[in-house]
Amino acid sequence: MKKKWRELPIAVGMLAPSAVILGLFVVYPLVRAIQLGHLRCDATGKRCRDGGWGQYIDVFRSNEFQHALANTARLALMTVPIGLALGVGLAVLADKQIRGIGFFRTVFSSTVATSVAVASLIWFVLLQPEIGVLPNLFHGIIPSLKQPGLLRDPATALPAVALSSIWASLGFTFIVITAALQGIPRELYESAYVDGAGGWMRFSNVTLPMLGPTILFTSVVLTTRAFQSYAEVALLTGGGPDPQRPTQTLPYLIYGQNSLVKNDIGLKSAAAVLLFFVLLVLAFVQFRGLDKRVHYGS
Amino acid sequence: MAADTGATERLHGARKVGRYALLIFIAFLVLFPIYATLMQALKSGPDAIKNPQSILPINFTLDTLRAAWRIGDLGRLLLNSLFVAVLVTIGVIITSLLAAYAFAFLDFPGKGPIFVCFLATLLVPVELTVVVNQRTVDSFGWINSYQGLIVPLLATTFGIFLVRQVFLTVPKELREAAALDGVGHFRFLLEVATPLCRPTLGALALFTFLGTWNQYLWPSAIITDDAHRTIQIGLERLKTGDFDKFNLVTAGTVIAALPIFAVLIAFQRQLVRGLTAGAVKG
Repeated sequence: MKKKWRELPIAVGMLAPSAVILGLFVVYPLVRAIQLGHLRCDATGKRCRDGGWGQYIDVFRSNEFQHALANTARLALMTVPIGLALGVGLAVLADKQIRGIGFFRTVFSSTVATSVAVASLIWFVLLQPEIGVLPNLFHGIIPSLKQPGLLRDPATALPAVALSSIWASLGFTFIVITAALQGIPRELYESAYVDGAGGWMRFSNVTLPMLGPTILFTSVVLTTRAFQSYAEVALLTGGGPDPQRPTQTLPYLIYGQNSLVKNDIGLKSAAAVLLFFVLLVLAFVQFRGLDKRVHYGS
Repeated sequence: MAADTGATERLHGARKVGRYALLIFIAFLVLFPIYATLMQALKSGPDAIKNPQSILPINFTLDTLRAAWRIGDLGRLLLNSLFVAVLVTIGVIITSLLAAYAFAFLDFPGKGPIFVCFLATLLVPVELTVVVNQRTVDSFGWINSYQGLIVPLLATTFGIFLVRQVFLTVPKELREAAALDGVGHFRFLLEVATPLCRPTLGALALFTFLGTWNQYLWPSAIITDDAHRTIQIGLERLKTGDFDKFNLVTAGTVIAALPIFAVLIAFQRQLVRGLTAGAVKG
């Protein structure tokens, strides 16, 4: 009991730097944004009054928010399953002790070195109809690559953003799943083999269940990334093409160049808090839904 | 094909050839965007318009890379990013070591609840905090400054958690023995505890560096002048509407990506350790 209090001053001193930074730039913004989200401002954005909690409901139900939410969900529905499937597929494919496998592992991990901005600019130029390599190589097979171009066609703009983001995340997914694969005890495979389980049986009865926690973790990370997609939208499409704006994601609605709420601190805060809320709900649902099916081993 | 995980059987003959063919094909697909970008960056402006489909290194020139370097002022952008990322990395290592030490080796009232409060901050995304942090930093007069880019990032719960996990594996007796010998907390932290978690610190440093280097939303929210722009938000300036300038963007992208490729090739082990640290159960 005495010791407990004796070490308090030094503990406070050691925790202070982190506590000040996290308090000022993480906790305070959270609390303050929730307060600011109540503010209802006039057109100039200068005069504001308290609009109460009702503003959150209004913002959530607004067409702009619903549209951006739907776009973001669509993006996640493309990037998460495809990203996971590719990550697991590549990791399993490269999980063999054969010559030169180190080279292939490095290649599959390589996109981890690209930032979202770099990956987006790579795909921006790659898909550019006039000088991009892909449209000019393949427009014979897929005419819309050139006319009007994937990023300018409302039907393909969002899948094109998803393509860039799946590619950019592939290195991360591959590394995490490869590490998890290597942690699976080899005896499990051996006993499955002895029991006469074929390749597919071993994959679905040993590999997939043992990868459960990692797949859960990766899917939460990929979903979060989709709901945080800002740089790829800013650099690839600017939320367009107009007027449908199929790539206007929630973060871009809040922070984009031509954002409607740019100068309205009340609406901007409310939308940001709602985005946080959506992320919390999604993480919660994923953990609850998948946790039951996930096998954590011993 | 993809299903036969487990190295219990060896691959032979046709299956081995098939496996290699598949690996090579996928490696080609994954690398293609990087390769095509590199080839594009090595074309001159007029050549890029005349032969947009060409992806072989013919007529290659360094002119475009040089022009992008000059027009985009990329040297300045890279130095800004480097400066910010290095300082943030050093800061995060220090704050993480200190806080992790308090949580792992010290006993004080309210330790459990305080740790949970720290952990809870992990949930708050940057997309939420930018709204208010922009105003906070503005009120400090830190818009368009290095302080604005650096100070808000100087502590992370991820770092504290990671280091604490290693500290918890250090036997209590070691600290008690040191205390009997009159070794104070700071000396113990510096001379015993820190060296023990060197591999984890390596991973944390790499991760913090990359995370800071790759940031986009925060710098774009508080930086509007050329003097403090980082490479991630500065590249966009090369994105003009002129077709003959398009491969300037490509060249800039190549220059921006190269340092990170070099860093990652040098620190592959730390990267894997850091990425997988988040995935372990617990």
